[in-house]
Amino acid sequence: MRGSATLTKTTVDPRILAGIAALTAIGLLIGGAFAGLGVEAARNPEGAAAAFDGYLFRVARFTLWQALLSTLLSVAPAILVARALSRHPIFPGRGVILRLFAVPLALPAIVAALGILSLYGRAGYFAEPLTALTGGTWPGIYGLSGILVAHVFFNLPLATRLILEALQTVPADQWRLASQLGMGARASFRLIEWPAIRAALPGIAGLVFMLCITSFTIVLTLGGGPAATTLEVAIYQALRFDFDPARAVALTLLQIALTAVVVVALMRLGANTTGDANLPVAGRNYIQASAGEKAFNIAVILLALVFVGGPMLATVASGLEADLARLAGEASVQHATLTSIVLATLSATLAAVLALSLVMARRALAGSRQSGKISLLERFTDTGAGFVLVVPPIVIGAGWFVLVRQSVDVFALAPFMVVTVNAIMAMPFAVRAVRPAYDAASERHERLCAQLGISGWNRLRLIDWPGLRRPLATAFAFAMALSLGDLGVIALFGSDAVQTLPYLLLSRMGSYRTDDAAGLALMLGLLCLALMMLADRLGKETSK
Amino acid sequence: MTSTNAAVRLEHVVFSYSDTMVRFDVNFVPGEITAIMGPSGAGKSTLLNLVAGFEIPREGRVLIGDADVTSLPPAGRPVSMVFQENNLFAHLDVAKNVGLGRSPALRLSASDRHDVATALTRVGLAGMENRLPRELSGGERQRVALARVLVRDRPILLLDEPFASLGPALRADMLDLLASVQAERRMTVLFVTHQPEDARKLAENMVFVEFGTVAATGKTDDFFGNSGPDGFRHYIGSERQ
Repeated sequence: MRGSATLTKTTVDPRILAGIAALTAIGLLIGGAFAGLGVEAARNPEGAAAAFDGYLFRVARFTLWQALLSTLLSVAPAILVARALSRHPIFPGRGVILRLFAVPLALPAIVAALGILSLYGRAGYFAEPLTALTGGTWPGIYGLSGILVAHVFFNLPLATRLILEALQTVPADQWRLASQLGMGARASFRLIEWPAIRAALPGIAGLVFMLCITSFTIVLTLGGGPAATTLEVAIYQALRFDFDPARAVALTLLQIALTAVVVVALMRLGANTTGDANLPVAGRNYIQASAGEKAFNIAVILLALVFVGGPMLATVASGLEADLARLAGEASVQHATLTSIVLATLSATLAAVLALSLVMARRALAGSRQSGKISLLERFTDTGAGFVLVVPPIVIGAGWFVLVRQSVDVFALAPFMVVTVNAIMAMPFAVRAVRPAYDAASERHERLCAQLGISGWNRLRLIDWPGLRRPLATAFAFAMALSLGDLGVIALFGSDAVQTLPYLLLSRMGSYRTDDAAGLALMLGLLCLALMMLADRLGKETSK
Repeated sequence: MTSTNAAVRLEHVVFSYSDTMVRFDVNFVPGEITAIMGPSGAGKSTLLNLVAGFEIPREGRVLIGDADVTSLPPAGRPVSMVFQENNLFAHLDVAKNVGLGRSPALRLSASDRHDVATALTRVGLAGMENRLPRELSGGERQRVALARVLVRDRPILLLDEPFASLGPALRADMLDLLASVQAERRMTVLFVTHQPEDARKLAENMVFVEFGTVAATGKTDDFFGNSGPDGFRHYIGSERQ
């Protein structure tokens, strides 16, 4: 009899310890931010209370108003576009359109903002025709209109893909039945398509609304002045320009309350808060569209295509007009690129490690569950991890900013803040990439590992790692793209000493060096797109 | 390579999951093969899982030899188990899969490697060390699992329908192999099966599980004779004859 006496009684699974460590790290980062807000509010309660003034409520109202409009303008047309795409499951270019609709998800917001400006801005490609059309000089889109165009650019394609996915849940037999009964476009929309869309709509609209109330970069670059400012941008301005931490605290509390309400509502609706859609595979759906309907559908798809593709083309065109060779040779650009890549690499590594720890711990806890009861810890490692999305990066950044501003140089903290906050924001997405692979492997291996005593490092090295390499690479590439393009935390903590590419881009925009900004946007956009495509490809090969 | 004969005993064991409850109070004869039969969902696999340590009883004790193993983790028990499938890690070759029976860190000495090769020869897979599981047939995969049992050398062997997905000829071969391995090692074997002929061919003893408890125990010959327990006769359909 070999080895049986050497093992003591039940030991804690190291995977659970890893999960607890990950949750602690996340808790410390978010808790530190809340501590900062709490300390500041306690130090200066009158200031914080006084900050709840008319300006603050105007900002809050605008935040909600622009989000509401953006949601309406994104989701309502998306229904038409998705329906048109689902009515014509096979036509040349359909796959390209769907892939194009995935691009905004991968583009950093600042790149998209720049693309939209170079199209509809005062000096944009459309300025001349628009001037001719409207009679007066085209003022360029800033303020609410700019914000709306940008939000629709991001969310129309997302909503279209999600609605299309909902439409694809309609069983083929229903389509066959509809065509046999001779249902026209109107009848089949009312009886077949709308019920499928309606079930998914609250979740989709909720997700878009959530993305729009926490949108920072778009509002910062396209919003104009106090009339078109959201809470997140106001937090940034309170800290970076007005040095008014009491106001920042008040704004932050309001922002947290707002996002918490929306997230709770979303959970009720059963929405998927990490919001990614699979590329839908078209099946035959037995529809014979009339000529009139066909023409309408083509027009809808073309309009959406122009709207979504326009800013992308403009980004490429104006980027190519820039003196790319000179830009690439500039020391500041090289430095920012290097900084961006180093920070994004660290951040993506951290995101992957956090995600893996949580996934392993959840599985271990689910396996050791004795009765049907799910422990609080398991809940935290499961859906709890997604709750970090309630706390936008700016809020975490703002909390730490006011916490440490008197003891250390806040700008020296920039690398640490960028790495950790971006890692936490990417973590829920990384969890989604890693968890299916890990759970499936665990399903096969759990008892065998227990039986043979393979655990801890041995298990990770020998059993789990070979199957996790690809999903972890997907998570890593995705997290790296998110972190590379982010202009949330760095906007607060950035300085001449620590600049990332998006930060450099913002400062070139601020000093009206538009050509430089366009060139940088092209570089950054291509970098993020390449990483996202890599993540997508790795993910597909995994799921095979 | 000598395994001491060890009895397996479940004493007043109570275990519940979701809304089913099982109660077991049973002895297994040391050094012999016992077939465990019974309808699907009666608790046969749960019985094995309790012995293996995958499930922990709410009440009662699990004893192996004289030792109370009730709270020992699976790897700490003197037990090997072969499942119906997923006995092998798909990304590791045959030698590594067998070697894991010796060292969970896969740190193998020269003599360990020699033992692995010997075990593979014993189960009829000589020279297949570097194959991956996907390059093997279903029967060969179960042979690899059996080779690991040999390398692990524990006195108790649990088999949860290990040959259920094999064709009749392959299954007969595997039963012969199992019988000869058991004759050498004198392991206490608990063998869950749905096939009456498996039990008749291989097992000296029978345990019949029904409605979450042991309904009858006895010698195989008695079970399949005319005086077998009613529930068992009904289960295998012999009362119609």
